[in-house]
Amino acid sequence: MITKRIIPCLDVRDGRVVKGVNFENLGDVASPVDMAKKYSNSGADELVFYDITASAEGRRLFTEILTETASNVFIPLTVGGGINTIEDFDRVLKCGADKVSVNSGAIRNPGLISEGAKRYGDQCVVLSCDIKRVDGEFRVFARGGRDDTGMEAISWIKRCVGMGAGEVVVNSIDTDGVKQGFDIEMLQAVCDAVSVPVIASGGAGNIDHFIELFRRVPTIDAGLAASIFHFGEVAISDLKARMAAEGIPARI
Amino acid sequence: MVAIIDYGVGNLFSLRSSLREIGAEALVSSDEAEIAAADRIILPGVGAFEDAARKLRESGMEALVKREAAAGKPLLGICLGMQLMFDRSYEYGEHEGLGLIHGSVRPIADVIPTGYKIPHIGWNSLRFVKESPLFKYSKENDYVYFVHSYYAAECDESTLAVTEYGADLTASAANGNVYGCQFHPEKSGNTGLNILRAFMEL
Repeated sequence: MITKRIIPCLDVRDGRVVKGVNFENLGDVASPVDMAKKYSNSGADELVFYDITASAEGRRLFTEILTETASNVFIPLTVGGGINTIEDFDRVLKCGADKVSVNSGAIRNPGLISEGAKRYGDQCVVLSCDIKRVDGEFRVFARGGRDDTGMEAISWIKRCVGMGAGEVVVNSIDTDGVKQGFDIEMLQAVCDAVSVPVIASGGAGNIDHFIELFRRVPTIDAGLAASIFHFGEVAISDLKARMAAEGIPARI
Repeated sequence: MVAIIDYGVGNLFSLRSSLREIGAEALVSSDEAEIAAADRIILPGVGAFEDAARKLRESGMEALVKREAAAGKPLLGICLGMQLMFDRSYEYGEHEGLGLIHGSVRPIADVIPTGYKIPHIGWNSLRFVKESPLFKYSKENDYVYFVHSYYAAECDESTLAVTEYGADLTASAANGNVYGCQFHPEKSGNTGLNILRAFMEL
């Protein structure tokens, strides 16, 4: 039986893992390569690396870290952050990424999705979407949650899937960083709209929140989180054991 | 020495790294002499069947793979590389494969109930239907990582393992020295490394 995936996300800046609250007040955590190995050994089903560097030097460091991680960790690896052109796809895939996550780059140029899917296959293109409620609708935000694009999120996601996005990461800005649980309503709305795998992000504070997610949104495929794993508040092995005990399919 | 065939399809980084991890000497190559000199061969692949089959043919690798298979060299096809081993595929039309394992590649959508997502992406468990040295270090219900929308059908006599996704889908098949895995052993953690290790010991 296919399992529900648990995915730690590592935001990397200048070669270090960082994680902020509501996308601001970024704080330093640890070496991404060491963390990736630790997560893989403790049962993580997949890893996401986001490059949040702006400088060329930071980008070079990110590429080195990605290469070293992919040489030592043998679970799927998704890379996002600063993916604006098909050359960016090529750059991270050559360093060992399996999937490429697009966000603001696809908002600026939606053709990036079809181009990536055509060249590398749908399974390689992950749409990452930062969503916030504005005036009673789900709105797509760009640039790490800073800019309201004015686009309605469900129609944007459907359009991207139509162009070849093989998976969707839904990050609720409303619940991100506040650790009160995943955005069940938003995630259900996305799962109802598309037939590709959907990954929940934003709001996990404890193990119960994952159980609630998989119970209340049975069609969700995976739960993604960062700080609660990085700071040891939730151990992935404990989370997996609890999922299994609750009858939620988990790889142990 | 294992040769990983490079015919311009897919990402070979992880495969090479995982073989290095288990201490295997691996070579990524599109050179006929180099590949012929290796004592085993891996055919990787992601993407569309028709495109990959054409590249395999045009690069001269199709004839080489057939020749080495006939000579008895252990051969492992991974994901699309496994699908290419079959007689034919019905992915967007009908396309001829290598014919090294009997059967056809068909859309998953034909056999699974509605409500199951396509592609079949994620970790799913193996159920063995036939004993094979490829799985000598594996056990029933080991989890491996899948990413695919098509599956090998009409191949009961060569099926080694299946995975349940609304229907039993072929997870691994073999015909003599020719092996195939629909999943990605190079992305399946220690379980996957054990399968690659077993292949290196065939």
